[in-house]
Amino acid sequence: MCGIAGLIHRGKSSGVGSEMTSMLQALKHRGPDSTGFAVYGNANDGEYVMRFKVAEAEDMDGGFDMPTKIAARIAEVEKRLGEHGAVIKSRDEATAYAQRWVIAHNGNTEALARYVEDVEGTEILSMGNALELIKDLGDATVVSDQYNLGSFQGTHSIGHTRMATESDVDIRSAHPYWAFPYNDVSVVHNGQITNYWNMRREMERKGHRFMSSCDSELLAVYTADNLNNGIELEESLERSIREIDGVFTYLVATKDSLGMAKDTMAAKPLVLFESDDMIAMASEEVAIRAILPQEIDTYDPYDEEVRVWRA
Amino acid sequence: MASIDWTPDLAWGDKQEARAKELGMMSEQLSGRSMETFFEPAEDENLTYAFSKDVDFNKRTEIDTADMDTMEVNKNIRALMDEGYGTIVIQNPRGKHSIGVGILNRLNLIIEGSTGYFSTGLIDGPNVRVNGRVGWSCGENMMSGTIVIEKNAGSTFGAAIRGGDLVCKGSVGSRTGIDMKGGTIIVGGDTGALSGFMMQRGRMVVCGNAGKNLGDSMYDGTIYVGGEIKSLGVDAVDAELTELDQAWLKRKLNQYGLLPEQGVAHFRKIVAGKQLWNYDNLEPNEKKLIL
Repeated sequence: MCGIAGLIHRGKSSGVGSEMTSMLQALKHRGPDSTGFAVYGNANDGEYVMRFKVAEAEDMDGGFDMPTKIAARIAEVEKRLGEHGAVIKSRDEATAYAQRWVIAHNGNTEALARYVEDVEGTEILSMGNALELIKDLGDATVVSDQYNLGSFQGTHSIGHTRMATESDVDIRSAHPYWAFPYNDVSVVHNGQITNYWNMRREMERKGHRFMSSCDSELLAVYTADNLNNGIELEESLERSIREIDGVFTYLVATKDSLGMAKDTMAAKPLVLFESDDMIAMASEEVAIRAILPQEIDTYDPYDEEVRVWRA
Repeated sequence: MASIDWTPDLAWGDKQEARAKELGMMSEQLSGRSMETFFEPAEDENLTYAFSKDVDFNKRTEIDTADMDTMEVNKNIRALMDEGYGTIVIQNPRGKHSIGVGILNRLNLIIEGSTGYFSTGLIDGPNVRVNGRVGWSCGENMMSGTIVIEKNAGSTFGAAIRGGDLVCKGSVGSRTGIDMKGGTIIVGGDTGALSGFMMQRGRMVVCGNAGKNLGDSMYDGTIYVGGEIKSLGVDAVDAELTELDQAWLKRKLNQYGLLPEQGVAHFRKIVAGKQLWNYDNLEPNEKKLIL
């Protein structure tokens, strides 16, 4: 079933970390398996926030001598960043396996990302000037507390609570998906994509990488492919309705905007609230009410509807 | 070994045939006939349940539901009806799901705010007013009574409704009145795709525009649309808007303050083309299953 939520403030920063946590906690009944956030803070040009994991949460109990392996993998990532001329500005550790590094780099981040992901067990969850992408097992408050998201200030955010139907319960199948290697772009999705394998093979022939067998990852790769070809976000969303089969409602966030698309059957829900200074959307109104308890006007977008808002 | 005392009824097949005729399941009986039967107010034994509570509309109370979950809200409504309250106001519903479902009683229920999915579904009797918005599947399978929503509604508005008036003054989502089996759905604004899908009986009135595939595979019933129709579904056809239709529309829309300024003469009337009515083309063994 899954729950999705999006939030964008116009022309100002706000506590989007805690706001999105409240919204997703209200949607917990739509999917308790994992929760993910993509929050956008102030862009720092030339500096990239790189969030990556070097193991799955479940590996921590099962593997033999995991701490040593993890230390070796992190050292390898550090070495490879150095080889590409990236300078590590700061490093935080949210959990033993999830790292948040700020790096300065003025070369090709795609080549860098591919080289780093070649390290065993390593997946870059996100890279960008403004994007912080956090996802782990558990409900919204658990993940938010674990990654200290409550104090995060930013302009916009998308989030997801997952009920695993198409693939495993692990971090690699959790949303949001970063549109690798396109910096600052993330996607959350509610639905099922029925031409997943055909589209995936087409994307793989173009050289895109897939880290999971979750159908939602396709939307991130598809969006990255379009943006790489110079297609605007709005056009990409419109194309997806024609080219991707199934039932879906999905949200895409970029450095300065937030977009939504709804499939041709309008089979997956979304409630929208728009005002002059903020726009909030979620699978159920109860999530919007979690941050806006006062009386507001909301509506459901129709089939094939595409919208894009700028921060 | 015990023998079974049973002799086959050789005339059974003929009896089934006769029963099928009696039920009107043959094409010569079906063509040109409507499956519509309307609620008859004179049947007063249908108006209350034996277990229904004696409530007084003049006895009014409010509950603040901000810190309650759905089950608490619904239990509270029942407890108040037991005490004889006939007018109950729900404050701060904040998008909670399934508020006021399954009320089989006379009751004035006023919801001050917006509700989530399945709002006041499965009801038989109450008069509900929602001074806000409702989520998906509002009034699902309602049997009688009225629901009036002041703002917008989500998709599958009035799914499988069997009776009563379900009114949304704003716009509604997709699949409005899917599988409706009676009653009236009135929409002041627009409706989305596949509205009236597999509709069987009843009337739907849309004052604004309708999305694609309106009335797809409808068996029977009538859809009136005041605005543009993006496209008609399979076997949904235009029909003549008679004076009787116009009189009914005027009366019904006036009742809820939704009568358009230019009147109702511009409304389009959509009915089933009945090209999919193949009820007696079943195999004999399938026929037995159905009957």
